[in-house]
Amino acid sequence: MPTFSLVHLEFLLTAAQWTIGLSIAAFVGGGLVGFVVALARISDLRVLRIAATVYIQLVQGTPLLILLFAIYFGIALLGYTNLPPLIAASAGLIIYSSGFLAEIWRGCIDSVPKTQWQAAECLALTRWQRMVKVILPQAARIATAPTVGFLVQIVKNTSLASVVGFVELAQAGKLINNSIYEPFTVFMIVALIYFAICFPLSTWSRSLERKLNVGRR
Amino acid sequence: MSAVVSLSNVHKQFGSLKVLDGVSFEVGRGEVAAIIGQSGSGKSTVLRCINALETIQQGTIDVCGHALHDASLNRRALHLDVGIVFQSYNLFPHLTVEQNIMLAPVSVKSIPKKQARELAREVLTRVGMEAKAENYPEQLSGGQQQRVAIARSLAMSPKLMLFDEVTSALDPQLTGEVLRVMEDLARGGMTMILVTHEMAFARKVASKVIYMHQGKVWETGSGDMLDQPKTAELRNFVGGVSHDRAEASV
Repeated sequence: MPTFSLVHLEFLLTAAQWTIGLSIAAFVGGGLVGFVVALARISDLRVLRIAATVYIQLVQGTPLLILLFAIYFGIALLGYTNLPPLIAASAGLIIYSSGFLAEIWRGCIDSVPKTQWQAAECLALTRWQRMVKVILPQAARIATAPTVGFLVQIVKNTSLASVVGFVELAQAGKLINNSIYEPFTVFMIVALIYFAICFPLSTWSRSLERKLNVGRR
Repeated sequence: MSAVVSLSNVHKQFGSLKVLDGVSFEVGRGEVAAIIGQSGSGKSTVLRCINALETIQQGTIDVCGHALHDASLNRRALHLDVGIVFQSYNLFPHLTVEQNIMLAPVSVKSIPKKQARELAREVLTRVGMEAKAENYPEQLSGGQQQRVAIARSLAMSPKLMLFDEVTSALDPQLTGEVLRVMEDLARGGMTMILVTHEMAFARKVASKVIYMHQGKVWETGSGDMLDQPKTAELRNFVGGVSHDRAEASV
C-alpha cells in the first residue's frame, strides 16, 4: 500500500492554488456585486432598497451548499448541461460573498455619523461627492477588519465547491485519502495548508487596522 | 438694508410636539443676529430650518433669495450661499485640516488645487490656525477644531453664516478664542445668525437679539434688550444665565 509522499504533497499544493484562485474570484466578484448591492441598500430609491434587501436576505438565508447545487443542477435543467465546475463554483461563491459583503459594508457606511453627511451637504457637495469623498473613506477604515475576516470565511468555504466536482484543496485531500487511507496525515496537512493561507490574511487585517487608524485615535 | 433672511409665521412640529409656533423675523445684510433662549425653546431648530436641514409645515422662509418652503428648492444652491458651523465641529476625521478646507472649493467650485491650498492658508490665517494645516482634527483641541470648522465654512465665501451653539462644548478659555474669531467676522461685515448661550457676547456683538420661548419669538431688540427685559420670561432667563455664570466662575 502506498504511503503519503512528495507526489501527494505536490497534488495538494496544486489543489491549494485552485482554492486560492477560487477565493480571489469569489472575493473580487463578490466585492464588486456586494458594493453595488450595498449602495442600492442605502439608495434614495425605495425600489432599489427593497430589491437589495430581498437579495441579501435570500443569499444569507440559503446554505452555500444549496446555492452551489442550485446553480450547478439548476443551469443543467435549463438545458446547459456542460457547465464547467469552475464556473459553477465561482458563481455560487460570488453570489454568497456578495450577500454578506453587501451587508457588512452597508453596516460600515451606516456607522459613519449622520453629522458627517450633514456637514458635507452644508458645504454644497453633491450626494455622490459626499459618498465618495467623505463617507466611503471613513467607512473603508471601519470595514477593513470585518472584510478581511470574511475573506478568511471565503477561503474555508471554497471547500464546499467539491460538491459540484471541483477539485480544490479539501477535495484533493479526500481523493488522496481514498487511495492511501491515511486520514490523519492527509487531513492534518490539508488543515495546515488552509492555516498557511488564512493566517497571513488575519495578520494583514490586524496590521491594516493599525495603519488605517493613524490619525484617528 | 435688504433682508438676507426672512421668516414669516413658521410652524414646525415633531409628531405632536410643537417646536416652532409662528416664528417671524428678518435679518438684514451685515447684521449679526443672536438667538437666545432655554433648551427646548426651538432656537436650534430655527437655525436648522434656515439651512433646510429641517422642513417646516407652515409659513415661509426666504434665505439669500431661495424660497425654502418651495418644493422646487435647489438645496445645493442654498448651501453654496449659506455656511453653517456646528456645536460638534463635524470636521472630516480622515482629512488633514488643510484638506478639510480644500475639499469643497475643489470639488464644488472646481478651484485648482494650488489655488485652493492658498485659499486654505488664507482662511486658516484668519482664524489663527495656519500652523496646524497638516494636522488631523483629532490632534487639535476643541477650540482649534471649531476655528478650523469656521475656516472651512469661510473658504466657500458664504453670504450668510450660521453658528449653532458653537462654543457650548468648550471650556471658557477655548470659548474665548472661538468668540474672538466670530467677532472679527462680524466686524468684517459678515451676515451672521448665531444660537448662543454667551450673553455677554450677544450683548456686545449682536445687532439684533431674538429671545425665543416656547417656540415663539418672545422678545426682540438690540443687545440692550438684555439689560431692560420687557417680559418676565426674558428677565428670568437673563437672570438665570448670569447667575449660572457667576456660579461657574467661582
